[in-house]
Amino acid sequence: MRLRRSLASALACLVLVVPAAALDETEKELERYRQMLKDDPWSNPAMLDADRGEALWKEKRGPSNASLEACDLGKGPDKVEGAFAELPRYFRDADRVMDLETRLVWCMEKLQGLAHADIVKRPYSKANQAGTELEALATYVASKSRGLKYQPSLAHAKEKQALAVGEALFFRRQGPMDFSCATCHADTGRRIRLQSLPFLGKPEEARKVIGEWPAYRVSQGTVMTMQHRIADCYWQMRLPLIDYGSDATVALGMYLVNQAKGGEITAPSIKR
Amino acid sequence: MHRLPMVAVVVIGVPVVAYLLLGRGHSAMSVDDVIKSSWATATPEWQARLSQDETQRVCSQYRNAPPPGLADAILAREKAAIKYPADGKLMGDWKRGEQLAQSGYGGRFTDYPPRTANGGNCYACHQMDGKELSFGTLGPSLREYGKIRKYGADDVKAVYERIYNPHATIPCANMPRMGTSGFLTIDQIKDLVAFVMSPESPVNK
Repeated sequence: MRLRRSLASALACLVLVVPAAALDETEKELERYRQMLKDDPWSNPAMLDADRGEALWKEKRGPSNASLEACDLGKGPDKVEGAFAELPRYFRDADRVMDLETRLVWCMEKLQGLAHADIVKRPYSKANQAGTELEALATYVASKSRGLKYQPSLAHAKEKQALAVGEALFFRRQGPMDFSCATCHADTGRRIRLQSLPFLGKPEEARKVIGEWPAYRVSQGTVMTMQHRIADCYWQMRLPLIDYGSDATVALGMYLVNQAKGGEITAPSIKR
Repeated sequence: MHRLPMVAVVVIGVPVVAYLLLGRGHSAMSVDDVIKSSWATATPEWQARLSQDETQRVCSQYRNAPPPGLADAILAREKAAIKYPADGKLMGDWKRGEQLAQSGYGGRFTDYPPRTANGGNCYACHQMDGKELSFGTLGPSLREYGKIRKYGADDVKAVYERIYNPHATIPCANMPRMGTSGFLTIDQIKDLVAFVMSPESPVNK
């Protein structure tokens, strides 16, 4: 905890103080921390969430008093290693393309007998709170694909469809501000205020950032998943809160992972 | 007993034929269906934000590069959607405009019920006052915008129109239609015009 706090405050100072050329300086410092985390992944506060997620995965819970060990993330029951690198994917039992978080919810419902509404009631932690159960589980599973490269499947028609829908959603303008994802993520080197924006239409840039999620966000003092990342972008786009695990979030995830195909998974990473 | 195979043919056959006719399940997941199901828990008032007007639809379809005919249609339609101040004065108070340019408040679901007026959030995308270092680069720098143009009356009008509805000048512009969408009032837009076009404004210092 002490490490977590000191790291957070050190980075928070870097982020909050924004003098001239602060952007470059902040980025440089973040890069230095990223390198440190690469050398010692256990210094990342998100690893606490991954640890808790592993315990949750193995713990017997819910009305069915079952663990998640029988959960099939695509590579068979209890095959966690490498599963995240092949998500989102089509699951025959659900007849749906699912991303990691959608699949976790499915397993909690089917295996543990938990009610869908209860599971998704509060999926995201607030600033400076410990990660939610879903965040901890997602961080755990993703961390078991660290160092692997994204290899999304497009073998099933519904996987192809999800990709096509995700791409259309990425460029779809709507709402009072006419924003699409592409408004902010369709060019190199752009930023909002001092926040750098990745060009997600460009594979070289997508490969660098997509594999970072779930990530520990220093400014929030908590871990953030891809579902949360997408929901937050839509919030900024002045649209209503998108439903957790909805087809639009999975389709966008499919598009992003395909843009990042071949990119290394560094989750859980650390972000501003 | 003889009817069983027949039932089986119907039960299995109909979906298979439908699947093949409709093409590998494409009917199951259109973008509109996905949007409808993905914001199912939002209120109807908020869901309305998800439907597109014609300009949004065309700009999405052509990824902001509409073919000439459609581009002209956007220009004409959006130009007609601009309302001008009743008294004909296009410039307000640059100091109020500066506050609006700084404020990113408004329009998010966490911004309701409103606690203050909507902001223009200009600095999210534009450089303006040289002393403000926290500026975005999604839009062009507006440093000395008025000074460079010698504060011309035509340019004042152009700036008003660009803020009110940028598609009236550039079809499928990235910038929001602050006036047409009702996000900012005419008076607020006048204040922003003054911030960009007043000789006294720090934008032109």
